[in-house]
Amino acid sequence: MSTEQLHRIRLQVNGVAHEVEVPARRLLSDALRHDLGLTGTHVGCEHGVCGACTILVDGTPMRSCLMFAVSAADSELTTVEGLANADGTLGPVQQAFRECHGLQCGFCTPGFLTTITAGIKENPSPSEDEAREMIAGNLCRCTGYQNIVKAVCRAAELAATHSGEADQ
Amino acid sequence: MTTRMMGAKVARVEDDRFVRGHGRYVDDVAPDALHAAVLRSPHAHARIRSIDVDAVLDLDGVHAVWTYEDLAPLAPAMGEPLPLLIPHPTLTHGRTQYALAKDEVNYVGEAIAFVVADDRYLAEDALDRIVVEYDLLPAVVGIDAARAAERLVHEDVPGNVAARMEQANGDAAAAIAAAPHTLSLDLEIERSACMPLEGRGVAARWDTDNGRLQLWTSTQTSTGVRAAVAAKLGLDLMRVDVITPDVGGGFGVKINHPWPEELLVPLAARLLGRAVKFTEDRREHFISSAHERGQQHHVEVGFDDEGRLLGLDVRFWHDNGAYTPYGLIVPIITSTQLLGPYKPGAYHVQFDSLYTNTVIVTPYRGAGRPQGCFVMERTMDAIAAYLGKDRTEVRSINLIQPDEMPYEHGLTFQDGRELTYDSGDFPTMLTKIKELVGWDEFETFRAEMAAQGRRVGIGLAAYVEGTGVGPYEGAHITVETSGKVKVATGLTTQGQGHQTAFAQIVADELGVPFEDVEITTGDTRRMPYAVGTFASRAAVMSGSAIHLAAKKTKEKALRIAAEALEADVEDLEIVDGVVQVKGSPGSGIGLGTVAVLSNPLRYAFDEASKAATQFNVGDPTKPPVAAGEEPGLEGKDFYSPPRSTFASGMHAVIVETDPLTAEITILKYAVVHDCGHLINPMIVEGQIHGGVAQGVGGALYERMAYDEAGQLQNASFMDFLMPYVTEVPTSIDIDHLETPSPLNPLGIKGAGEAGVIPGSAAFAAAIEDAEGFPITAMPISPSQLFDLRAAHHA
Ligand code: FES
Ligand code: FES
Repeated sequence: MSTEQLHRIRLQVNGVAHEVEVPARRLLSDALRHDLGLTGTHVGCEHGVCGACTILVDGTPMRSCLMFAVSAADSELTTVEGLANADGTLGPVQQAFRECHGLQCGFCTPGFLTTITAGIKENPSPSEDEAREMIAGNLCRCTGYQNIVKAVCRAAELAATHSGEADQ
Repeated sequence: MTTRMMGAKVARVEDDRFVRGHGRYVDDVAPDALHAAVLRSPHAHARIRSIDVDAVLDLDGVHAVWTYEDLAPLAPAMGEPLPLLIPHPTLTHGRTQYALAKDEVNYVGEAIAFVVADDRYLAEDALDRIVVEYDLLPAVVGIDAARAAERLVHEDVPGNVAARMEQANGDAAAAIAAAPHTLSLDLEIERSACMPLEGRGVAARWDTDNGRLQLWTSTQTSTGVRAAVAAKLGLDLMRVDVITPDVGGGFGVKINHPWPEELLVPLAARLLGRAVKFTEDRREHFISSAHERGQQHHVEVGFDDEGRLLGLDVRFWHDNGAYTPYGLIVPIITSTQLLGPYKPGAYHVQFDSLYTNTVIVTPYRGAGRPQGCFVMERTMDAIAAYLGKDRTEVRSINLIQPDEMPYEHGLTFQDGRELTYDSGDFPTMLTKIKELVGWDEFETFRAEMAAQGRRVGIGLAAYVEGTGVGPYEGAHITVETSGKVKVATGLTTQGQGHQTAFAQIVADELGVPFEDVEITTGDTRRMPYAVGTFASRAAVMSGSAIHLAAKKTKEKALRIAAEALEADVEDLEIVDGVVQVKGSPGSGIGLGTVAVLSNPLRYAFDEASKAATQFNVGDPTKPPVAAGEEPGLEGKDFYSPPRSTFASGMHAVIVETDPLTAEITILKYAVVHDCGHLINPMIVEGQIHGGVAQGVGGALYERMAYDEAGQLQNASFMDFLMPYVTEVPTSIDIDHLETPSPLNPLGIKGAGEAGVIPGSAAFAAAIEDAEGFPITAMPISPSQLFDLRAAHHA
């Protein structure tokens, strides 16, 4: 066993608190995937460019490959596993990706879903250009993005209906 | 009547899992695994004088450290070079690397030592402590250096030539000499790579209790990996299970196998009695997987006053990197598929496949076709420019006509079979693409833009793609007593939506609800006979095999039901999973019940099985399982076509080039595509979108920037510029043409690679049209275009 110094931290992910012991250098992406078993967050580059590892840190999209687990201890984290509706049905962004064929291999998808979740919160009715801008920091090698842009607009629609229903 | 699923835009069943973050990729399995890391050569060409691993041996958390010397004692075949997968007879000087370098390294990134530790962090710490002494050798980088052969990659390979291959149909030299007009062109495409978002990965567990190896790998061929692992590790094939879980993109690079790690990881798992995992990081993917595309071409062409080809002679040089595990597939495809939809007159082609001290070359989506298409289409444009004719006119006059199908080129294709086009309608396709892009209206548009001081150009390119190469694929279908239909095919999936498309085929043929069908791919436990997912072959090969297996399953179901219902097989049909007398719903029995009846039981465990015990089924005077029958409602079949089926397409693009900055903007992108009958148009269009994006990357952004010492200087997503959403066309106009293939039961042709093939050719044509000088090398960046302007206007 390694003799590295470990830090006991609390990670609050998708509303659940987890206690883990990690070395200071452990990336948040690795802690989520390998210590908590939340393997929905993917790692495509580990240098902050592809966006596959994007999670929401207190509601803001952040690249979990560029954060240490210890630095996320005081934050509320949301990963792709936390995007479904409370009743277990697909959340609006998830639903939109499925409807619009916004994914192929699915590897980049979690990063898009979290990014867009935050994006449509900030801008609930994006134009196509705004939709493009919203996802302009995420790489996808499969889809060519056309259907992802459609999915952003569709997700905004679904989210609007959803929150409309919730208001009633 | 159930609605027909084939041809419908069915939403993908796999997506629910993916969007919830419940996909299962290699790095997600075996959470208890130890982690491996690989020490890679920092030099492009060197002899290894010594390797000292002493400082690693008693590091905390390190479980194993191996160099070449350690391998043969563990498994003798591990001391031999990796297999040469496709030993083409003209590959006279094929060379492959060792799992861990023996004495010499030939590219930056070649594996030298292997460490297994508690986690990847510790494994990488250990790598830092290994000391290797090298004697540096001069590196051969790029095609010019390889051709010059002043230095050699492999001492025993003269001229750096791995293979020289030649094919001809007619006497091209004589035809060109006699032609009224001739042209010669020099054309080049640079290196690029597949770059799936998920790199390579492999995890293995040795099950001591059962004496079995279980291996997960992010591959395009699980059966290939299985055979290679068994052979190299000295295991019986029956003790090795290979499972390909979800794969985060392949695009060709994952067809090569076995990668060193695909052997080292299971070897370590067996030795340590622990699960072991290797997950490639991005830099490793750049420097130790595979690249493609790098080729130089010289064309001599002779033609008549109308632009009709009389003779075509192409000589080209292919950069195959440091080793040739995948043989000559890429240059053979270039040499045959560059002909596209045209009749070349007399044709001669010759290529040299050359060693360089760079990463190995294996197929990348399109596999040599983008280069071939670039060569042929640039030639067409050059002829049109020379004769002052419309570019589509010159193409039109050279097209193979529909009534000439099947069209024999008199050449041998990559699979060793004759290059014979089975189907296609190229003239209609040309008409369609002209309409779709607005070819005839373009001059008006150009004038309008010019009036605003804007510069635009239009280009078009055509291709023909041999898809669905053999040898075969198979499928096995089981109907469970619940009525659920479980289907296995051996090839793998990396985003093509096979779980959906294949289920559509089964639902149609077997007459069962789509939701009841579950498809498994790439699991050798379920289907041990398979080839792999490459060459746009999955839909054609496994699609056909699944269709045939469903047919067999249906025949069996009808036979059993006929007896139970005391009806004639001819009078029965299966609708929504129920076998019934044609046209009389309510008269039948469910497929689940048929499955029960198909398997006479001795022991009952529930109501359904009670019905199947010997006391309840069958004629007591006959054997419970009739002669020639097998228990179970199952069907298995294989599809093995005589040769490839040929898909085709044409792309057209309108670009704007900035008069000051030379920035290149896409204004319109149009695609006409013929992959025969479509199983799921939504999935096919998705494949086209993705292919076009890779075509844009290949034409305008992506290149491997090696320096002369063989260091890859852009080995990260920061510096290797893959398109983001901001670089791709905002929309793509797509039109389909469906000329069914006569070679398979569903009339389908492959669609996976097509979108990428004509990218560089179409963009080069459009930029040339905008700028008024020849574009002969791709990709092209704004600064290169800027320099070209300066050179041409100097
Ligand atoms: S893995 Fe974090 S940005 Fe690519
Ligand atoms: S769906 Fe494969 S990388 Fe985006």
